[in-house]
Amino acid sequence: MSEQYRNNFLREVEKNVEEGEWVKMCMQCGVCSGSCPLGPHWEHPPQEIFMMIRANKREEVLTSSSMWMCTSCYNCMARCPRGLPITHIMHGLAHYAKRIGIAPKEQPTAKFAQKFWDNLAKKGRVNELKLGLALYFMNGFSEGVKTSLKMKDIGLGMLKTKRMNPLEILGGHGVKDQSGFQKMLQKATELESARVGKEQGK
Amino acid sequence: MKEYSFYPGCSSQKGASAENYMRSTNSISKELGFKLNDIPDWNCCSASIGYAGGGELPRLVLSARNLALSEQAHPKQDVVATCAACWLATREAKERLEHDKSLFAEANIALKEAGLQLKNDQGKNIRHMVEVLIEDFGYEEIKKHVKKPLEGIKIAGYVGCQTNRPFGIAGESFENPMYLDKLTETLGADPVKNYDKKVSCCGGALAFSEPEKSQALIKDIIGAAYDGGADMIVTPCPVCQMNVEVYQDQINQKYGTKFKIPVVYYSTLMSVAFGQSAKEAALDGQVIPAKQLEQIAAK
Ligand code: SF4
Ligand code: SF4
Repeated sequence: MSEQYRNNFLREVEKNVEEGEWVKMCMQCGVCSGSCPLGPHWEHPPQEIFMMIRANKREEVLTSSSMWMCTSCYNCMARCPRGLPITHIMHGLAHYAKRIGIAPKEQPTAKFAQKFWDNLAKKGRVNELKLGLALYFMNGFSEGVKTSLKMKDIGLGMLKTKRMNPLEILGGHGVKDQSGFQKMLQKATELESARVGKEQGK
Repeated sequence: MKEYSFYPGCSSQKGASAENYMRSTNSISKELGFKLNDIPDWNCCSASIGYAGGGELPRLVLSARNLALSEQAHPKQDVVATCAACWLATREAKERLEHDKSLFAEANIALKEAGLQLKNDQGKNIRHMVEVLIEDFGYEEIKKHVKKPLEGIKIAGYVGCQTNRPFGIAGESFENPMYLDKLTETLGADPVKNYDKKVSCCGGALAFSEPEKSQALIKDIIGAAYDGGADMIVTPCPVCQMNVEVYQDQINQKYGTKFKIPVVYYSTLMSVAFGQSAKEAALDGQVIPAKQLEQIAAK
């Protein structure tokens, strides 16, 4: 963390987190926390996260697994009386924690979300089969075999109904303009890093 | 004939999980008479789960590329998606880029690397297929095409999250949208009244990463459909469809339930009611067969 944010996590969030400038608008009514489908599993539900940001609890917020349990259901956003884009702030906080390297390492959705991005960034389109396999094997080989066996019947159901194609393993779907797509993504990533880097005062 | 710039999305591709959604949508487009022009060389929108690896700009740029390609190939045609997540990501991106000039400028710097430019000035709307059906055709028009009413079938309209929030379908409430019920009724079937899990979350992408927690949500969605006397569930979203259909065995094992309820797309219902074949309606895409629909299609 750069000096400029010492004791001012709210400012850091406002500058670096997607839609972070909204955090100060929260009036702590708790509607979002009560609307969250996996809320009971969140260590700190959204309302609490917003309070903690203002209370400067930087480590506790950014290392929390809570935001990674957002299902993107938009229930909170539809109901928030202050109109906070809560879903996007949760995604933004999760991304920022990951970017600066303090997101929880073993959080399953954090791992899955990264694999999803890697999968789509590779060819421009998601390869569901490779994504599924990567997911089942993300906790190592023997766990993967167990999960795959557990999921075997689901796979067979999808295969039978032609909703899964085993040949995808050989390559599968992708955009035709690979080079343009990759250059575009690279440039966007550079610009984003420059933006956040600049904000961090690096 | 009405034409749209169509964004199929990854799950609609051949051999992917919502291939059946695509097939039944193509069938109803023939019957109703509209044309879906695929956005050439479209890419993934990163759905709602790409955020771990992709920051704000890289994610926006994905949708910006699709929009730029759409502007080029189908100027002035509205962009239409069948997938809830595709629709949402694309519409959010368009609006964010409209409101934030510096992000818009940066998105165009990145697009230039691919020889593209987003103008965002053609007045294109980003619409879900359901909006097209309701707003550009309407229940009355749809009803005119019904040749085999789905009589005697009770259907729970599971709207779910992302076709409902944050944008939703014009004129509908977030807490109790009625469009699936109205559509079901239009097709001659019997909608479950007061289906109380209508807009509950199925766990979305977390069905993969947090299976136990998500399956607990799915169990309640299915349980409430049975409580309402449903023979089947209908949904407008590929993630909802897959999550609610394919984990029923695992849920049964864990909770001792006896779930075996078909979960179909509205497009499959429409196709069957329009008198199209089982194949056109993509009934062979059901992991849990929709026997009542098969019977009607075979009549
Ligand atoms: S619903 Fe909105 S105002 Fe209320 S606690 Fe949540 S974010 Fe704050
Ligand atoms: S969008 Fe995320 S934070 Fe908001 S209610 Fe849904 S799961 Fe909770």
